[in-house]
Amino acid sequence: MAEKINNRQIFFNPFSKDNPVIVQVLGICSCLAVTAKLEPAIVMGISVIAVLAFSNVIISLIRNTIPTNIRIIVQLVVVAALVIIVNQLLLAYAYDVSKQLSVFIGLIITNCILMGRLEAFAMGNKPWPSFLDGVGNGIGYAIILIIVGFFRELLGSGTLLGFQVIPQCAYDAGYANNGLMILPPMALIVVACIIWVHRSRNKDLQEK
Amino acid sequence: MKALKKLMDKARPAFEPGGKLHAFRSVYDGMDTFLFTPRETSRSGVHIHDSMDSKRTMIIVILALIPCFIFGMYNTGYQHWLAAGATEFPFWEMTLYGFLAVLPTLVVAYAVGLGIEFVVAQWRKEEIQEGFLVTGILIPMICPVETPLWMIAVATAFSVIFVKEVFGGTGYNIFNVALVTRAFLFFAYPAQMSGDKVFVASGQMLGLGDKVDGLTCATPLGQIATSGATNAAELTSALTTATGEPLSLWQMFLGLIPGSFGETSTLFILVGAVILLLTGIASWRIILSVFAGGAVMALIANCFATPTYPASFLSVGQQLCLGGFAFAAVFMAPDPVTSCRTNTGKYIYGFLVGVVAIIIRTYNNGYPEGAMLSVLLMNALAPLIDYCVVEANIRRRLARTKTSAE
Repeated sequence: MAEKINNRQIFFNPFSKDNPVIVQVLGICSCLAVTAKLEPAIVMGISVIAVLAFSNVIISLIRNTIPTNIRIIVQLVVVAALVIIVNQLLLAYAYDVSKQLSVFIGLIITNCILMGRLEAFAMGNKPWPSFLDGVGNGIGYAIILIIVGFFRELLGSGTLLGFQVIPQCAYDAGYANNGLMILPPMALIVVACIIWVHRSRNKDLQEK
Repeated sequence: MKALKKLMDKARPAFEPGGKLHAFRSVYDGMDTFLFTPRETSRSGVHIHDSMDSKRTMIIVILALIPCFIFGMYNTGYQHWLAAGATEFPFWEMTLYGFLAVLPTLVVAYAVGLGIEFVVAQWRKEEIQEGFLVTGILIPMICPVETPLWMIAVATAFSVIFVKEVFGGTGYNIFNVALVTRAFLFFAYPAQMSGDKVFVASGQMLGLGDKVDGLTCATPLGQIATSGATNAAELTSALTTATGEPLSLWQMFLGLIPGSFGETSTLFILVGAVILLLTGIASWRIILSVFAGGAVMALIANCFATPTYPASFLSVGQQLCLGGFAFAAVFMAPDPVTSCRTNTGKYIYGFLVGVVAIIIRTYNNGYPEGAMLSVLLMNALAPLIDYCVVEANIRRRLARTKTSAE
């Protein structure tokens, strides 16, 4: 099976045609929680890429030795260990961002994308394709997070990565930041808009 | 009128398929049916004929809104004159001032909303739907008069696209479009939409009125929220007009108080309610039960009044007259698209709108007004209420057939 799908497709499909967030609609909760600012969104995206890639590789390596009836527990243990490592690294080297992300790094373990990829891909494929699949899906997730974070921070706070982007003269002329963008519901509306644009560009994804 | 008809008839071939302006067919069609009666007649299968269509419904709602609108014009001028410290109140100048103050908002709301409707109708190759006719006049009436115009434009675009068009256009919206516009403004730009600076027009209009700087005049509900009153007497003294005089219940009923443009006067809202009820447009069940729910909850809040929540000292009459409660009860809650369909459901829906409005207003000091949020909440729950009513009816009838069969 692994030989039939080429590696290039495994890596690039999750970017658009098979995007975990806007096509499979997974990982929506963290997408709404960490995207009020761009910086935590980027850090979250990188963390998920790392955890997803390595958990995919590890599970793929031991896939033939895992007893079927306890495989979910084994997967969870692997993911949990990786999440703790990422969390400790963030605490050590990016303390402020880690504070902003608070519980959501820990909650990567509950991110549906992870379990989905482990179950659907890593359990049945060799390590190298699994690694590519993990990185690809992680990047697909990170892209959406960054787009949402970009619009929410730009329109909600007038800044990008903490730098003031919208000039002061705009505020003097009566412009105001959109407070609704900071609130979680707007993340879903932005995701909905991305899905809208994406589906109208890819007609084959439209249900009917 | 005849000349206009001739002009429209003469222009028609250009908009027919194959004509030069075919792309704007929906625009032509919209104008034509707006000015005259629709050309199409039913071809088969209809046995009851009535000229009651959605255009006529909308126009009657507009007629019912006009008393409130005119009073809003007068009141906007009156509040401005009062805040400017005038001693004389020239009626026509004040009304004209109010008209000029609200005109830009009205034009922006209609231009943005109708613009989107036209584009979408053209895009989907449908006729233009008339739903925005009412929404467009409601938006300026439920917003503070000083709301910046670009905010009105953004909010109107947001709610027309995300609440109406994505669900399929007029008649398919799950929430009240005008109220979502207001809610968007309220959550997106809280600094510009609440507090004591926005409810009284402060600029000069065509030389009318005075330029007043730093004008502050909170709505009565805003005054209550910040008063920190610990008993009913303190609360009454906290309620003042722009000049600091105490506010009587009669003034609240008449509506000579600061507030959003069209929703201050309970009297003229009731005039509108009479028009809507006589013509059978609005459901009396909903209107009645909203007031009943509000009254019951206000009574309960008043019985258990605590200093933690100053608004709980308000009497029932004050609760029903202040803020947007009456306006929501008459013009927002009975919206036939977003309210309940079943008769029992209408009673439950209306009652809960009233109860929730008073609960939010009284027990959440952060939100001085709850009518908007309560109608939106109940809009979301209306299909559920209908479902439960229908299911209960089915179960009741099933039980009846069972007992008669035994």
